Amino acid sequence: MLEGYRGSALQSLLQINADIGDLIEIEKNGNTYKGILMPSYSPYDDIIVIKLDNGYNIGVSIISAKIKLIKKKSESQKETQEVSKSTKSEIKIISTGGTIVSKIEYETGAVRPALSTEDIIKFMPEINNIAKISAEILFAILSENMTPEHWIKIAEAVKRAFKEGNEGVVIAHGTDTMAYTASALAFSLKLPGPVVLVGSQRSSDRPSSDAAINLYSSVLLAKKAPFGEVVINMHGESSDTYTLAHRGVKVRKMHTSRRDAFQSINDKPLAKVGWKENKVEILRSDYIPKRDEVEEDAKFDTHVFLLKYYPGLTPDILEYLMDKKIRGVILEGTGLGHVATSFVDYIKKMTKDGVFVGMTSQCLFGRVNMNVYTTGRLLQEAGVVPLEDMLPEVAIVKLMWVLAHESDQEKVKKLMLTNLVGEINPRHSLDFFPRWNYD
Amino acid sequence: MIDYNKLGLKVGLEIHQQLDTSTKLFCNCPTILSEEYKNTLERYLRPVFSETGEIDVAALFEWEKNKKYVYRIPQQATCLVECDEEPPHRMSEEALLIGLAMTLAFHGTPVDEVYVMRKVVIDGSNTSGFQRTSIVGLGGYIEDEDGKVSIQTIAIEEDAARKIEDTKDSVIYNLDRLGIPLIEISTGPDIHSPEQAKRVALKIGQMLRLTGRVKRGLGTIRQDLNVSITGGVKTEIKGVQELDLIPKLIEYEAMRQLKLLEIKDELIKRGATKENISSGYVVKDLTELFKETKSNVILRELKKGGKVYGIKVPHFKGIFGIELMPNRRFGTEVSDYVKVLAGLGGIFHIDELPNYGISQEEVNKVKDELNVKDDDGFILIVGEKSKLDLAVQVIKDRILYALEGVPKETRGANEDGTTRFLRPQPGAARMYPETDIPPIRITEDLIKKAKEIIPPTPEEKLKSLISLGLSEELAKQVLNSPRLDSFDYFVKKYPKVSPVVIATTLENTIKSLKSQGGDPEAITDYVLDSVFDALNSGKISKDSIPEILLKYSKEKKEGENVNIDKIISSFSSLSEEELEKIVKETIETSKEEITKKRDKAFNILMGKVMSKVRGRADGKRVADLIRRELEKING
Repeated sequence: MLEGYRGSALQSLLQINADIGDLIEIEKNGNTYKGILMPSYSPYDDIIVIKLDNGYNIGVSIISAKIKLIKKKSESQKETQEVSKSTKSEIKIISTGGTIVSKIEYETGAVRPALSTEDIIKFMPEINNIAKISAEILFAILSENMTPEHWIKIAEAVKRAFKEGNEGVVIAHGTDTMAYTASALAFSLKLPGPVVLVGSQRSSDRPSSDAAINLYSSVLLAKKAPFGEVVINMHGESSDTYTLAHRGVKVRKMHTSRRDAFQSINDKPLAKVGWKENKVEILRSDYIPKRDEVEEDAKFDTHVFLLKYYPGLTPDILEYLMDKKIRGVILEGTGLGHVATSFVDYIKKMTKDGVFVGMTSQCLFGRVNMNVYTTGRLLQEAGVVPLEDMLPEVAIVKLMWVLAHESDQEKVKKLMLTNLVGEINPRHSLDFFPRWNYD
Repeated sequence: MIDYNKLGLKVGLEIHQQLDTSTKLFCNCPTILSEEYKNTLERYLRPVFSETGEIDVAALFEWEKNKKYVYRIPQQATCLVECDEEPPHRMSEEALLIGLAMTLAFHGTPVDEVYVMRKVVIDGSNTSGFQRTSIVGLGGYIEDEDGKVSIQTIAIEEDAARKIEDTKDSVIYNLDRLGIPLIEISTGPDIHSPEQAKRVALKIGQMLRLTGRVKRGLGTIRQDLNVSITGGVKTEIKGVQELDLIPKLIEYEAMRQLKLLEIKDELIKRGATKENISSGYVVKDLTELFKETKSNVILRELKKGGKVYGIKVPHFKGIFGIELMPNRRFGTEVSDYVKVLAGLGGIFHIDELPNYGISQEEVNKVKDELNVKDDDGFILIVGEKSKLDLAVQVIKDRILYALEGVPKETRGANEDGTTRFLRPQPGAARMYPETDIPPIRITEDLIKKAKEIIPPTPEEKLKSLISLGLSEELAKQVLNSPRLDSFDYFVKKYPKVSPVVIATTLENTIKSLKSQGGDPEAITDYVLDSVFDALNSGKISKDSIPEILLKYSKEKKEGENVNIDKIISSFSSLSEEELEKIVKETIETSKEEITKKRDKAFNILMGKVMSKVRGRADGKRVADLIRRELEKING
């Protein structure tokens, strides 16, 4: 397989019957380049990538070059061992993909999920000291490709894991949409132990990866935590000191690349995990306790829409959504929960037709309050439901779940305003808002 | 005198030079150093599998030390990229072009597409755990009196973080230097004498300076040496900052390899084999034997609960004492391994005992206990049991390697020209593609831009210097000077200042400060800039430069808060009117004398006026003025 090659480079390689891993020689303008043929991730189809004997890769254009096969790759490739499936484990690691289990993809040169969780365990044998683990590769997708269908499969896998007798479950997941999956699982599961979603912001193929510490801490948390909740456990700060377990319905990825990208919003994390001290410190007592049995009820109706309002947005977008048979809309409004007054009549028509319309704030921090300004009151009269301090993403996932279970508009509204798994925090203290220090 | 030809000496150089670019290689931070920091980060690194599925030995070796890395974060010089909290940006085109220009200058060939690689280094010097590096050019050569020396590769890479402190459990780094672009020029193993190595290093350094785009000062250029002799192996010697040390390092390394080969021959002559050394390698706990010892080193360890192990090494009597380099014996080599790989203080061996408080009686007892006979040797190690157990294996491995000759090592340069073991040599397994940076096509456009900055050859540069009015001697001085780029800069910036004055100041005046009690190091480019600016605008005369610089450097030496502009203004040139006034006054007060010694009047006046205006007025200007005034008087 000549991974990544196309066009003229592919033709030349086929002519000399070369494969990835073979030693080849390229002669060009009086220079000779000798090296091992590597998969290509060049955007150009005339480039051949070789690894020189000093380990460097270079790209050589095939144009006016002569290429020669020197030696076929030695066939002593080790077969990867099948890890025997252990029957009994305390913690199950379910792998879904993401940076935590990534390596290079030669077609594009970017990172793709590939390594199995077993590989990581092989790489971090210390995990065996804290819990007996088993692993399952559910799928290997990047988290931007995750859909509600996948959420259901994950929820089912979690249920199976507890039924098998595991005390806790760790789910390796891409970080981009990890918070959505966490919400979906939180609404779908009643749990006899912790479900810990974990990822990494630096891929596991680099020495500085946060994957090892995050995974280790997550197994520790899944083993030791007293709660039956879905949490996201990631680096608590940029240093490799501790991780924080955030409630799945109160957390957001707030940075594109930092290790400590995940932050609890309008809430405090549930626990702090010290990987060096093997310690789980519970930060609050109002967690959801473990139940005796696992219950799974994962259903989602995707006829919903999350609409971010901005100045200039016109209300005809709502007509379009109506045509698309949308059953519910979450508005990400301004400030305390507003959209332009021009929307009022359109919304009135929607709610009359049975569409649920809920309001969240693009401020993210704080609670919506639609009584302070006239627009807010008009919108409420039109049927908009203010959704307290729920994050817009959490509200849309919750709405998908609620609509899959209820069709009566009043019941939908009631469920949306019921605090099911801690997605609504009735009290905000002064320390829930981050401050930047410029001294 | 050693015959290096007969030895089959082969030396290759790797020259690393910091580039003076406006930004770092993979982010927009300036390429400056800064000590000021408010935040630190704590990190750990783990070895990873390479593209081909292996783990690099050198990386594994660092990991086994299990150290915590602490990074200081100076805000002026770093961003999230250095903190490994943001992916790298595109490669600085400025740096890439210098790499391409140097490739062309050495008659090499740029690659068609540049692939940035990750070279795994997990000693903490890179927050990512790898150094980003890329080959931009291959082939080429540099002319030398002893024949062409080939250039193998030209790479552009990022510099590492600056090590501040190394403690038992952690290493502290400053992140300011991390990411500053480096060019790495690697020659083929075509150098055959220690002196040639130094000469070639000088030539490459000069070529780099001729681009006018490299940093200078301590630590901005580093040389690594690859040395081998026939029968030996390529040894890497890291971190050579002093060019003058190169010949000695090579001489000693050649000597070391030669001696190791002689040891191998001697062992074979004695009938030693891997099998009989292994089977006769007896380890015994001799702690009891040293209960009453007078040796302080041993007592100190015993008090801490440590143990003493004795190891019998068949056929090694006299071998440990063989000197490989001045003051470094084969025993020292073994000791280095034990220090680095097992964390012990070192070893005692048969050929140096009795000594260090260990008595002849104790030596005899050790021999009895271990059954050491005839040509057998022994080693004593002292310390914590876990470390001793590790050391037993480390010593055995090194000793068995004596039968093969020279081990593949990376060694560090000592100040006296000897070297010490640093770590096993990393292999190609530490290279992994940098997936965050797409490959860069070397286009015609890039080559065109690179051609514009190809440095002139030294011969061309010499000619152009002479055409500026410099004598051949002065021109050569400038050409070979580390301040060459400053010369070009000032000549261009200050057209009214004679290039000869600039050259003389840079090459002679600054150097001569030392003999007058000043400090040449104090004269930074900033100071020079201020002085030449003043000269260019006629505020000072050129004659005052030596005095200004001397005054500044002396005051700086005393640690005072010195302001160059203040010093300059105290040497400011007198205006025409001021000077005329002084000349007239002097004539007035000296009228009697002038009339008396009419023929010597000029000399008298010149002396008197110059004593008043020295440094503030040009001698020629004063002379002209006095002649004019005298003519008026004399009619």
